[in-house]
Amino acid sequence: MVLPTPLKHVETADELTKIINENENVMVCCGRMGPMCIPVYGVMEELQEEYAHVDFRDMAFDSPEAHAIRNLPECSSFMGLPFTVYFKNGKVAAATSSIQNRDQITTILDKEFGKN
Amino acid sequence: METKHFDSIIIGAGPAGLTAGIYLSRAKAKTLIVDSGVAGGQMNLTHEIANYPGFESISGYELSNNMRNQAKKFGCNIMSGISISTIDFESETKSIGLSNGKTFTADTIILATGGRSRTLGVPGEASFKGRGISYCATCDGDFFQDKEIAVVGGGNTALEEAVSLTKYASKVTLIHQFDHFQAFKEAEEEVLKHEKIDIKLSSRILSFNGSDKINSITIENINSKEQYEQKLDGVFVFIGYEANTDFLQGKCIELNERNEIITNERLQTNINGVFAAGDALAKRFRQITTAVSDGTIAALNAMEYINQKKTKSSSAVNI
Repeated sequence: MVLPTPLKHVETADELTKIINENENVMVCCGRMGPMCIPVYGVMEELQEEYAHVDFRDMAFDSPEAHAIRNLPECSSFMGLPFTVYFKNGKVAAATSSIQNRDQITTILDKEFGKN
Repeated sequence: METKHFDSIIIGAGPAGLTAGIYLSRAKAKTLIVDSGVAGGQMNLTHEIANYPGFESISGYELSNNMRNQAKKFGCNIMSGISISTIDFESETKSIGLSNGKTFTADTIILATGGRSRTLGVPGEASFKGRGISYCATCDGDFFQDKEIAVVGGGNTALEEAVSLTKYASKVTLIHQFDHFQAFKEAEEEVLKHEKIDIKLSSRILSFNGSDKINSITIENINSKEQYEQKLDGVFVFIGYEANTDFLQGKCIELNERNEIITNERLQTNINGVFAAGDALAKRFRQITTAVSDGTIAALNAMEYINQKKTKSSSAVNI
């Protein structure tokens, strides 16, 4: 199960583990094709060139494999889609719930991963 | 610092801005669309659009992409995720300065900045967003299965969403600041007779309370000034929209008391060569179709203005 976005996808929990272990900076947006999620995918798509040192991915929230994101301790209080998680060297560096705008996303990217 | 000149700069890439971009670019006008968010604007916030002529059903995401691609196909330049830091609309040649340091000039400007969901502006609202506070029932309703929630607002959206959220929640408290609703009678009747919905009129939320997520709200009865705490797990806010005109406030463009842009029948603002279209306008109905209509009218009038200006300048050269 993958989302119809132009972003690279994460399809399985194993794949997520591999991606975050093989890439220093990873941003994963786990959601649906809904009003709160689509703007985040759009911002991610636009930031890919500017933040070439970050691997931008999405993941379908309704996939059973998305437990890898849904069940993270950092997401335990989340009650709004999408769940967006930033991984640094395989560990969660930051996580947000619900829609975020470009400024909110770049603030986290700059803080956790630095500018390119 | 890079400066580039266009026939028209459109501020906003929602349906009004993209339509204006399609018309101007197709007419061979050199056009730039600038948007602080992503192309499509509030269209992206709609799951399914069933009343856009020509499409029985289409997602807002798909319609946004279609419009964006159509504008690009005609040669329209689109810059997304860039905010505007400075404007000069009063000079003969208009200019905008962007957050990335670039400055662009144009003969005409079309303001198609759209609107956004209004927020309550109450302590705790920003920090509990996604941790109990939501602005989208279809997105987040299923997080509140068998939980107690509140819905804030008194218009059609608030009342319809309050009813739809009863599919999940064990109890819905509907909180509205006035002593009556501003919704259609049918929506009001459905809410009034619903056994899961408790109504609190003339009331407002003073604060959202909790640690990692909401566990209560403080409510004030506006008439009696009585304040009390209500335990709950979530709050959905549907209190209407406001125009994205913050960057115009206190500047040369005339706005009404709701900060919406005032135009004439040609959709020209009080400044020559500056037009406006879409949800940021002072008008009654706000639909994708009305935004598209506004974008068309603004673009055609802008095109006429550009042509007149070119004719004048070539006459001056001939003399």
